[in-house]
Amino acid sequence: MTSGLWELVLQGTWVTIQLLVLSALLATAVSFVVGVARTHRLWIVRFLAGLYTEVFRGTSALVMIFWVFFVLPPAFGWQLVPLWAGTLALGLTYGAYGAEIVRGALQAVSPAQQEAGIALSFTPWQRLRLVLLPQAVPEMIPPFSNLLVELLKGTALVSIMGMGDLAFSGNLVRLALQESAEIYTYLLFIYFVIAFLLTRVMRGLEKKLKAGVVGRAPVRKADAEPKRPETAAVGGAAR
Amino acid sequence: MNWNGNAVSDFMPHFWDGLLVTLQVLVLGSLISFVLGLVWALLMRLPSRWVTWPVGAVTEFVRNTPLLVQLFFLFYVLPEWGLTFSPLTTGVFAIGLHYSTYTMQVYRAGIEAVPAGQWEAATALNLPLARTWTAVILPQAIRRVVPALGNYVISMLKDTPLLMAITVLEMLGEARLFSQANFQFTEPLTVIGIAFIVVSYLASLLLRALERRLVH
Repeated sequence: MTSGLWELVLQGTWVTIQLLVLSALLATAVSFVVGVARTHRLWIVRFLAGLYTEVFRGTSALVMIFWVFFVLPPAFGWQLVPLWAGTLALGLTYGAYGAEIVRGALQAVSPAQQEAGIALSFTPWQRLRLVLLPQAVPEMIPPFSNLLVELLKGTALVSIMGMGDLAFSGNLVRLALQESAEIYTYLLFIYFVIAFLLTRVMRGLEKKLKAGVVGRAPVRKADAEPKRPETAAVGGAAR
Repeated sequence: MNWNGNAVSDFMPHFWDGLLVTLQVLVLGSLISFVLGLVWALLMRLPSRWVTWPVGAVTEFVRNTPLLVQLFFLFYVLPEWGLTFSPLTTGVFAIGLHYSTYTMQVYRAGIEAVPAGQWEAATALNLPLARTWTAVILPQAIRRVVPALGNYVISMLKDTPLLMAITVLEMLGEARLFSQANFQFTEPLTVIGIAFIVVSYLASLLLRALERRLVH
């Protein structure tokens, strides 16, 4: 491979990273808003949030991307720059998965904590901010870490729309060299390295957040380990 | 938003063709991932590091890289090595392989959740190793993991549109072809978007029924 082609791959990597960061931010925002809304006391809020998750989890991310690229522009008369269209489609889809993680972790916080918040006459917002989230967030990190890797793999989908990400640059190199084994092997390794770094960063973050919770709790026995949210899927099967 | 009913009725014959291919990919891909995942999970339990290390590394690699790039890899690289398959076969194999790295972990969790007493009982009954697995451990392990496997079937359904990238005409491929031929994008894409929601909902109902039968 020539240095010009490597430059192409580097540009692709940069686009993939940009897309990953932007859609991860959007997905995080969506998952917290929708996840918290699913535990709201008004049924209509819960219902709308539930509808959102079902619709966006029910359909394929790639179909969503096609929809944002082809249906939104004629329907609403405006067109997004590809980077933002990709961010929107990925952020909304993966945000729906994230909302389930947030809901699971919030519901896994012992109800006594919620009651204690009521007894101290905290407002719902204070209960959420001061009692529930500090305990629930560390529990969300492992499933969010998995979701982040899924999101990274999802960013490859935008190459189908002709956006110049890593997978797209791979196709260009294949066309230029008329040879595919080498470039696709490199591509897979680059994705793997990014995924590996992401899981490392998330593990560090988890450790840091967990330390915060234990440090703040005055008495904590070893067996008082908080329950993992039920989003891990496998555990729930045994019952 | 302008909605054209004629475009929908024109698209429907193509839609059914696409749905058939999607379901075909889903069923065959699931079978491959269930079998291959079990093979990985059993290999990972062998005592030799010469087996577990390569299997662990390869599956970890496949799990952490995008299915789309894997599809491209198989689709473009295998013919260079003299192996030519139809796009559908390549796609089914790629999706089955990708998901086998997920189901493998599901099986592992299921096997580990079988109580130690079951192993001890099998030893006490002097059952040979093969029979311990087939008659004692696996029936209990697999029963436990059916719901988790079902979740992966549903996520696999949502990954089938990726096969469009290697020219398989499943639902999204049909929709794209139709859109480009008739310059109608809204209707076909919305129809298949709803179809995905409906199919995944039906699949989840089916799985829940299966789960009830198996668990109790």
